[in-house]
Amino acid sequence: MIEVKNISKSFGDTQILFDISGKFERGKTNLIIGGSGTGKSVLLKCIVGLNIPEEGQVLYDGRKFLEADKEEKAQMRREIGMLFQGNALFDSKNIEQNVMFPLDLLTDMNKSERLDRVNHVLERVGLENVNKKMPSEISGGMKKRVGLARAIVNDINYLFCDEPNSGLDPRSSLLIDELIQEITHELNVTTIVVTHDMNSVMGIGEYIMYLSKGRNVWEGNSDTILTSGQEDLEDFIFASKFMKKLRKSL
Amino acid sequence: MKSFGSYLIFLGTMFVRRETFSSYVKLTISECHTIGWNSLIIVAITSTFMGAVTTVQTAYNLVSPLIQNYVVAQVTREMVVLELAPTITAIVIAGKVGSSMASGLGTMRISEQIDALEVMGVNSISYLVLPKIIAAMLMYPMLVVIAGFLSLYGGYLAGTLTGIITETEYIYGIRVGFNPFTLSFAMIKAVVFAFLISSISAYQGYYTTGGALEVGISSTSAVTKSVIAVLLADYILAELLLN
Repeated sequence: MIEVKNISKSFGDTQILFDISGKFERGKTNLIIGGSGTGKSVLLKCIVGLNIPEEGQVLYDGRKFLEADKEEKAQMRREIGMLFQGNALFDSKNIEQNVMFPLDLLTDMNKSERLDRVNHVLERVGLENVNKKMPSEISGGMKKRVGLARAIVNDINYLFCDEPNSGLDPRSSLLIDELIQEITHELNVTTIVVTHDMNSVMGIGEYIMYLSKGRNVWEGNSDTILTSGQEDLEDFIFASKFMKKLRKSL
Repeated sequence: MKSFGSYLIFLGTMFVRRETFSSYVKLTISECHTIGWNSLIIVAITSTFMGAVTTVQTAYNLVSPLIQNYVVAQVTREMVVLELAPTITAIVIAGKVGSSMASGLGTMRISEQIDALEVMGVNSISYLVLPKIIAAMLMYPMLVVIAGFLSLYGGYLAGTLTGIITETEYIYGIRVGFNPFTLSFAMIKAVVFAFLISSISAYQGYYTTGGALEVGISSTSAVTKSVIAVLLADYILAELLLN
């Protein structure tokens, strides 16, 4: 489980996050949702340590992440896998080398073991015969799946996904969402997904935290979100014509 | 001063929480290829013409009948070894390698590749920058030696083919009164310039924020700052080691 307590973060004079708290449970797909510029990605980066909040605490199964020394932090980071919005695949490495990269650096596995592990996770995300291709030679959806394979190639306990289906067509988005949820249940990891895609929210939202103007204004799940009664959240959910029609039919 | 402080912290961070030695060896070899081998043609072309032009212009200025022809080669040698080979080549390298380093790291930054390394627990500065600096400090002195040799050869071709100086005079000129310290001085300059170009360019690229436009700005800034640092270091080294 990951717990955030009273996180506040500013950039210069602009405060982005205001006193955010929440619990993200193991074995569930936890979603952080909200409109653009509400601080979702900043909160995620605070949780993984890419941004350092001015105030607050992040606990990984009770272990204080922000106060940990460099060695402890490095050890905790080895339990983390992250799928980035832009995939963050290394341009100079082929798919196999990209996925193998965390194993090269963080494990003592021999070459054959690493290759077996890479092939296993590539197969798990539905990719075969792409090992020697470069990232520039595969589609956006495949890049996401490679990013996901790289994120889970190590024995991770925590999976983070920053807008995993941005730039994908609806079918590929659905596939990525399903993969994330299946992997979360299979590996029993704590997964946090930042998204503003309502299909994802309704499809895999086992726990949802809604941020508005840097504040945590609602928590719930996909079953309760449509009837939250929270005005700001309803404006966000029912922004499109389709959702407005759906709202009328409810 | 704030930027300078940030630059020093950046350099210091390279030496904490390093990765395995073998990973640095692989990366350094790869960077040696990029910095050294891939710069060979441009260095060869610029240095050959640099030597040729130096010989022709020196001969044009030394018109007194009291000055013997071999002095043209002597002046060419001193200019090439002391200044042109290490410094002009550094400016060429800053333009080619420095801009490439800054834009490469800048692109990695804006495409979250550096964030990906950090999330994995990798010291991205050490992993990405240290091999580049080591490779530059290994390869640039070699490029300077090649530049020096080709400049002298360019001077020889220009001098002998145009009839400014005979082959015997030129070879005598580049050998007479040779002070071996000038070579050591050129090598010291080469190592210092390599460090400045690679570290400044990496710093500019690593801290790129924004998008494609900012990558271009970082690249330009890397070249400008590297060249200024090289020229400043050139003067300081000359004052310290030659006076």
